[in-house]
Amino acid sequence: MSDWERSSTARVTAPSRPRKLAKVPFVELADGRLQGVVSSGSDIERVYVSSVAAGTYAFACSTNNNRPCGGARGSFCNHIQALINEAVLQYGADRVARYLRVDIADGDIGAQTITAAMSSTRPPQADTKAAAPVFSRFLRHLAYLELAPTTAPLPEMQWFPPTRQVA
Amino acid sequence: MRADLLVENIAGLDEALTAVDAFDRALVTGLLRPQPAQAAGLTELANAVSGTPLAARVAEAADKAAAGSAGEDHFVALAAARTALLGSVHDALMARVAEASGRPRGAETAPAPGGRQGANLLAAARSWLSDLARAGWQGIDHDTVSGAAHVVSAMLPDPALRRLATLLDGLAAELAASCPGSALERIPARRWGDLWSRAMLLTLPGVADAPVTGTVTGRLLPLGIDVQEHATAVQAQVHAVFEPADGTAPRLVRASVSVPKPDTVVGAGLWQLLRPHMSLLAAVSDGRSMDLAEMPVTAEGDLLWSDEHARPSEPADAFATARVALPTAIDPATAPMDRHPARIAVPVFLEGYAAQRDDEALTFTVAGHPLAVDTDRIPAAGPLTPEAVAASGACIGLLRWDAGTYRVQPLAVETTVRKKAVAIHAGGWAGGTTDKAGVRSEKAATDAVAVLRERAGRLLRK
Repeated sequence: MSDWERSSTARVTAPSRPRKLAKVPFVELADGRLQGVVSSGSDIERVYVSSVAAGTYAFACSTNNNRPCGGARGSFCNHIQALINEAVLQYGADRVARYLRVDIADGDIGAQTITAAMSSTRPPQADTKAAAPVFSRFLRHLAYLELAPTTAPLPEMQWFPPTRQVA
Repeated sequence: MRADLLVENIAGLDEALTAVDAFDRALVTGLLRPQPAQAAGLTELANAVSGTPLAARVAEAADKAAAGSAGEDHFVALAAARTALLGSVHDALMARVAEASGRPRGAETAPAPGGRQGANLLAAARSWLSDLARAGWQGIDHDTVSGAAHVVSAMLPDPALRRLATLLDGLAAELAASCPGSALERIPARRWGDLWSRAMLLTLPGVADAPVTGTVTGRLLPLGIDVQEHATAVQAQVHAVFEPADGTAPRLVRASVSVPKPDTVVGAGLWQLLRPHMSLLAAVSDGRSMDLAEMPVTAEGDLLWSDEHARPSEPADAFATARVALPTAIDPATAPMDRHPARIAVPVFLEGYAAQRDDEALTFTVAGHPLAVDTDRIPAAGPLTPEAVAASGACIGLLRWDAGTYRVQPLAVETTVRKKAVAIHAGGWAGGTTDKAGVRSEKAATDAVAVLRERAGRLLRK
């Protein structure tokens, strides 16, 4: 076994990079999709739940009240494009491309090339069934701000050192 | 410090770790339909504890697991065997550290925990962990991993379950990022084996308790701050020398504060979340000692911090503390569950070394012997940099051990900036900062939290 395999504190994922959250408060690579929540530009009460599936690039976009997004017909809407841009900021282009299974030469990899590569396959439109679970994952994510701190020690955190590597 | 002792071989260490590795390899492919190689790995683990009180239960568990018919209790027994082996490794490593540092060891032992809580949630966690063991790291997919989400959500609000919840949350996030397991080029077998077996044992009622054994009154002299974080949690631990008011011997203590967090709160945002809950963070940033009055403490030397038992006191230079008070401070006891090499974090003071940079790796040559320096552990949201460590003349650090070697994690260094001697602390921004980069990071974090709170206010309570 290599040193990495014999390390208790091997780094598996790089920490998120800071980004502005106003437009896209939530993005994640989970359940085989790039998925997240995009704030509406016109209505402060409304958010869009957007997703792109890994491999097929099947995409979906609808409001939190399950109304379809007018822009997501036939091709990626602006919400999905914003979602990809912010995912690249948060996780780095490599990790996003790897997760979505987009094959791009190393030198060219970025939000634009990832979006273009997926668009060029004319991806299918997915149903909006995933919207509800994604939205509830967003609410769960927000709920982390409400949890109380503790001054009882958490010895398990010794396995989670910070790292200066960036995504 | 006698650095020569840290490079000498330790008898029996390799044998113990070989048995751990054998079991870890069995977890890589999973225990649903074990192959002969995995059965051999399980037997190796069982043989390694055959002279201990665990022998019979572990032998039975290894047999069942090798036949692909292990139940949850069998998985718990295997996790216990692995933990016991690493406990012996911990003890051997710590005996060497004590010799090298020359500091006195405490005579106290940590009491066995008791109490019980959240039995249903603990059972749910155990069931998820058993599923993982059957699937193996190569067999995980999104469905297997997502089983943890509801358990973690239900556990997090309960402070008594916070340890297990935080561990499961961190493990599940790594596994989710690694799905499908069949496509993984390499697997962090020791790490995931550690996290799995630790979580498994924490599902036993009472194991996570760290009972308060008394209170302390006296002066707290901080040495530095260690930060740990995963995507959705952060903990800061202040290492300090405590001088009791009654004139008894000084001892090493820790004060911790932790909180779950959204993964988009990073950098200085971590300090912002922690700062309001422990006045000690600001005191460390200001270079001050604190006076404690009847602060609760555990046998492990963990202060259960509450601001009402502490008030800021005289300025206290961490390097003066490290030079004068640290050498005679008594080491605390270690709780049974915490006897693990990854848990070793012993404050040390080094000076008169030669720093050497080789590609990315930094080494201090201490009294002619090399000691690896773990600069990757220095938090990004702070004034200390690997460059400053490489140019330093004295260092307060935590002595740790991982992947076969001792290494030192810098908490603070003395170095020369523009011909002036300065001390730079990894946790220098804990209480706030006027540093330009620090202010920018603070502002970005404030904005991020403001957006999330606005969204939460609008969407969460409907």
